[in-house]
Amino acid sequence: MDYVKLILLGLVTLIAAIAASWGHDLAYQVHAFLIMVIAFAMFIWVLRNTDEPRQAGPAQDGIYADGVIRAGVIATAFWGIAGFLVGTFIAFQLAFPALNFDWGQPFTNFGRLRPLHTSAVIFAFGGNALIATSFYVVQRTSGVRLWGGRTGWFVFWGYQLFIVLAATGYLLGSTQSKEYAEPEWYVDLWLTVVWLAYLAVFLGTIIKRREKHIYVANWFYLAFIITVAMLHVVNNLSVPVSIWGSKSVQVFSGVQDAMTQWWYGHNAVGFFLTAGFLGMMYYFVPKQAGRPVYSYKLSIIHFWALIFLYIWAGPHHLHYTALPDWASTLGMVFSIILWMPSWGGMINGLMTLQGAWDKLRTDPILRMFVLSLGFYGMSTFEGPMMSIRAVNSLSHYTDWTIGHVHSGALGWNGMITFACLYFLTPKLWGRKQMYSMSAISWHFWLATLGIVLYAASMWVTGIMEGLMWREVDDQGFLVNSFADTVSAKFPMYVVRGLGGVMFLSGALIMVWNMWMTIRGAQPATAALPGAAATATPAE
Amino acid sequence: MDTYSLLRQIADSWVLLAMFGFFMGTAIWAFLPSQSRARQDAAMIPFRDDDAKAPCKGTCATCACAPSGYTFEDKHNV
Repeated sequence: MDYVKLILLGLVTLIAAIAASWGHDLAYQVHAFLIMVIAFAMFIWVLRNTDEPRQAGPAQDGIYADGVIRAGVIATAFWGIAGFLVGTFIAFQLAFPALNFDWGQPFTNFGRLRPLHTSAVIFAFGGNALIATSFYVVQRTSGVRLWGGRTGWFVFWGYQLFIVLAATGYLLGSTQSKEYAEPEWYVDLWLTVVWLAYLAVFLGTIIKRREKHIYVANWFYLAFIITVAMLHVVNNLSVPVSIWGSKSVQVFSGVQDAMTQWWYGHNAVGFFLTAGFLGMMYYFVPKQAGRPVYSYKLSIIHFWALIFLYIWAGPHHLHYTALPDWASTLGMVFSIILWMPSWGGMINGLMTLQGAWDKLRTDPILRMFVLSLGFYGMSTFEGPMMSIRAVNSLSHYTDWTIGHVHSGALGWNGMITFACLYFLTPKLWGRKQMYSMSAISWHFWLATLGIVLYAASMWVTGIMEGLMWREVDDQGFLVNSFADTVSAKFPMYVVRGLGGVMFLSGALIMVWNMWMTIRGAQPATAALPGAAATATPAE
Repeated sequence: MDTYSLLRQIADSWVLLAMFGFFMGTAIWAFLPSQSRARQDAAMIPFRDDDAKAPCKGTCATCACAPSGYTFEDKHNV
């Protein structure tokens, strides 16, 4: 087996070395070099262990595979900070264009940092949170260890490699210009491999479960994994210009390409940022509240309604374009119907606290869960409203859209992820609770106020610029130039940047809190035989 | 008939009917009284198997492996 590995790793190193030499563009060469180094390091590692006697480690079969989840929790926090930091920086770049430093051109300008920010927060922060929590939930609700041995670790490290390739690619100018699907063909292929392994691990664990039923959280996770696989493959159908270069050409063109892109784009929101995170909600909210989900019936209806409706909502991104009217009307109608299952799910999550509402006063983690559900409800009301064609004519291309996205992403996805990290960290490192509960409260308020500043300033500036763009005088001429709207937005941009600083500071407090929790190992207290009565270890 | 029109006609008739039928099926299934126990059972899954198989050494005073006993009566809406 080791010999097969050595041959494969040697071949990968060789091909990557050739690719690094022959590559047509900088991003491709850097990526090839990176893969060469990684493959060569693995080659050495395997070589040094070949024909060595295997030491039998402690028996792992009797316990849950939590190592990969621990790594996932740390990676989530790490990428969260990276993504928030870039986001805050580009917010200030918009307010103060001088921050597009001359010495950093073209690598640090807004156009290249923006996809870095979106991918870092959605796919690196959110994706790691989804993988880690799904592994945790599927094991706990199936009563079995993760299927596939070390495949879980392959999923984790493979996904980190995808993130690194995507992020460095953006900075070096490798992009296929599809929003939220910017990575080029070879990165897409790699993600497909990793994602199928993820699906296999998750599904394998469900299949060998000891519980009779598949808990509803796993339905949501599974829907997320399968749908994202489908969306990713279809939206990234492209032909590379050369095997030695990163550039590729899309198979679809024109309005078909636009429709495919937004079918992908909106379902990335619907299945990555909604269905997957609802899986978190259906497990962690009941756990934290200490009560089962409010209504299991409602959760079944919620699941099927959500997945049946979301897949149609994409065309609302293409109002007033070359897309046929019937298609954008269809997208609009389904978006509005979608309001119902969204709120059904929110109510199901909130009402889980029935009989346990008093815990909100004492439990800052539960407070975070509730706030995230509140933001979920708010943004799933705002979204359908903005998808109405008449409203969209005002909101489209303005900062209102940015505000909407962030109330969902910071409020719903961010807060529920923070709450899950606070839930998981003590559990995974064998602590009773987080190091500091008051630090969680600080994080809660900093993040909440940050989101409020962010969303409010974007509503104001978005509606303002929408109205300024359409304002005409009595002769029918436009009153404002585009630059007028840009200068009018300055104060709101500064407020938005401050909101980002507050959100980032909250996350930094969380990282400090996690660090102290993980580091703060309690010394084991082993009692002397004679003094057994005084120091009984906890069960 | 060209491919688009043919597929479109199938999608607008039988596929639409099948999807709607499936969806109504799940909605009815969700409310079936005979499945009440199954739903009750499924809803309680998060409170089982938590650390059941993890060996708890109990070597530290703050180990998070206290046994947890959850009982819920008065749940009528599962």
